[in-house]
Amino acid sequence: MSATTLPVVLTESLRQVRFRDPDLARRLSASIARVTDEIGRSPVSVMHVCGSHEQAIAKFGLRATFPKKLNVIMGPGCPVCITDLPEVDEGVVLARQGVVIATYGDMVKVRGTVQSLADAQEEGADVRVVYSAAQAVELARQTPKPVVFFATGFETTAVATAAVVRGPVPENFSVLSAHKYIPPVMEIVAEMPETRVEGFLAAGHAATITGWGIFESFVARHGIPVVVAGFEPLDILAGLAKLLELVRDATPRVVNMFPRCVTREGNRRAQEELWSVFRPVGGRWRGIAHVPNGNLRLREEWAHLDARRRFPIDLTSLWDYGPPNLVASCICGDIMSGIASPSDCTLFGKECVPDNPVGACMVSSEGTCKIWHQYGGHPDLQVNG
Amino acid sequence: MSTIVLDEKVERVSLKQGAGGRAMRRLIQEVFLRGFEQASPAPGIGLGAMDDGAAIRVGDRWLVLTTDSHVVHPIFFPGGDIGRLAVSGTVNDLAMMGATEVLGLTCAAILEEGFPRTDLERIQESMRLTCLEAEASVVTGDTKVMGRGEIDGIVLNTAGVALTDRVVPDAGLRPGDRLLVTGTIGDHGFAILSARHGLELEGELASDVAPINGLIRAALSAWPGGVVAMKDPTRGGLSSALHEMAEKSGVGILLEESAVPVTEAVRAAAELTGIDPIHVANEGKAVLGVAPEAVESVLETLRSHPLGRDAAVVGRCLAERVGNVILDTGFGRRLLAEPEGEPLPRIC
Repeated sequence: MSATTLPVVLTESLRQVRFRDPDLARRLSASIARVTDEIGRSPVSVMHVCGSHEQAIAKFGLRATFPKKLNVIMGPGCPVCITDLPEVDEGVVLARQGVVIATYGDMVKVRGTVQSLADAQEEGADVRVVYSAAQAVELARQTPKPVVFFATGFETTAVATAAVVRGPVPENFSVLSAHKYIPPVMEIVAEMPETRVEGFLAAGHAATITGWGIFESFVARHGIPVVVAGFEPLDILAGLAKLLELVRDATPRVVNMFPRCVTREGNRRAQEELWSVFRPVGGRWRGIAHVPNGNLRLREEWAHLDARRRFPIDLTSLWDYGPPNLVASCICGDIMSGIASPSDCTLFGKECVPDNPVGACMVSSEGTCKIWHQYGGHPDLQVNG
Repeated sequence: MSTIVLDEKVERVSLKQGAGGRAMRRLIQEVFLRGFEQASPAPGIGLGAMDDGAAIRVGDRWLVLTTDSHVVHPIFFPGGDIGRLAVSGTVNDLAMMGATEVLGLTCAAILEEGFPRTDLERIQESMRLTCLEAEASVVTGDTKVMGRGEIDGIVLNTAGVALTDRVVPDAGLRPGDRLLVTGTIGDHGFAILSARHGLELEGELASDVAPINGLIRAALSAWPGGVVAMKDPTRGGLSSALHEMAEKSGVGILLEESAVPVTEAVRAAAELTGIDPIHVANEGKAVLGVAPEAVESVLETLRSHPLGRDAAVVGRCLAERVGNVILDTGFGRRLLAEPEGEPLPRIC
């Protein structure tokens, strides 16, 4: 079958596949092993803060090539996972009040204090899965009922929410924002004594919006290098190799290893739109900590579109019900702050599986537990011959 | 506001228990095997082996018997239809036991009131043509009609019998054996996905559904005794087939991802949808466990057959990591997790 007959979208998709060169990957892996040795400490811990990075690392089995002394930790990079319990509760309560909740697929299964949106749906609440903020607006146009877009995700999806908020929306549309902003949480994790992170791999797609320059002040404050990397296996290996060189040479700075998409300034217009709609406020990230400026809430001028102001949200209606027992054993928080791995959890793969998740890390396709479960965990795969 | 009522938990059958993976095997073991494992023919292969079919000693030969129900949606899809699927599925299950000369097939059709007669005739014609390819024929059958809404359109069941001198089980792998696939992987599942969700790739993606008993006959005669295990990677795809073979044989399997043949269209669709072709159903392919000395000869024979042109050696069996499949991605290695359910229900 010839590629020339394929539709454009497929050809583009194939171009990505051809971007994968195992020989180059082997050279980069060798470089990672050599530089880790040269650092001379064990373990050397670096952190990425993006579910898509973990996806690629797990899918391509990259950890099997990392030296034992190198610890590549997944930090708080899963937006569904770090959405706090009370935020989920707000969505659940609104749904039970008869409001149509439109949200991204993974959010439906995440349990709040006692219920998930899926549970509320089973009891008759109207919960719809959407793939974009624009689709939620479209939904509102087609129904007379109030539609609340339960908006989750980092700056990448917050930009999309900002765009619809600024556009024309029907009167029955509003937004329940649980958006989070990544740069402030890096400050928190960098100072956690348990993790001892020596370098950060920053997410390429978020940096297309914020620009890599945003990390300069972070590096200056913490003396920890940041490398911006893309999501192909070679992007990640090259990013790690560069990051380890910066650690070895004790030359903390920001290096952009994703120049085909990321500039120093980023997307100015997107940033302006983002900050014209949202303001940063402090708030809890589930399982991690209170993160100053880590939550994005609608600004005063958009109050008329803010579900928190339009509807009474009475969380006390959930207080009569205790959380399920297993939740006490869930270590999602430790996993997200890089202190523990899924294999440290007694529930992983037993009581907690993707079809019947206990913690949020097993719900989201960007959650570490779900990813490890999908790609066979993290065993030592040295095979004779 | 409604109050939260905790539903009394009644265990019910779920879709994933029909997806060909671990969940389905557990359901069969827990429900259907009870009492039947004792009734297994001795010598022979019975329900307890959970193989592609049963083998019963008849004189100095083996009678192989298998049955399969087909519920695909849509019933006409790029590359085939439910009729072609019903004949191929059963013929291939017989072939996977080493029985490539079909004595006869049965066909039971359950129809929904209002089902178009022209569709039924089209399906029958497709079955007839597929039987010609397989050198088989339908020798008995049954027809039922159910009320509107009691069944979705049509369900076809076929059973088949065939004789063979040597039964090839799916549990015959030994460390050192090589694993071959008879062609490209993932075509059927992606063709169904595309037809169902309008991916607009129909022109490129076509199901591989075909009877492969002729191909298997050639492979078996290429090197007597060289093929030690066989399985068709239908629901759950290559991944489920390899896991099942590894577990039953007591070996580990190392699979080379880059060696697995995949068409450009499937590769692109996989990248687009995030669904790995290794987990996707095939309906005209087989996985063969082959002794090292026989590999070259079997591979050459497969490739000279029109249905085996893209055959390839994709892995080998290990003494360690019993029951596991290790995937070498070309960038690193990981365990291949067996999916809990087919990414799509009702594919075959």
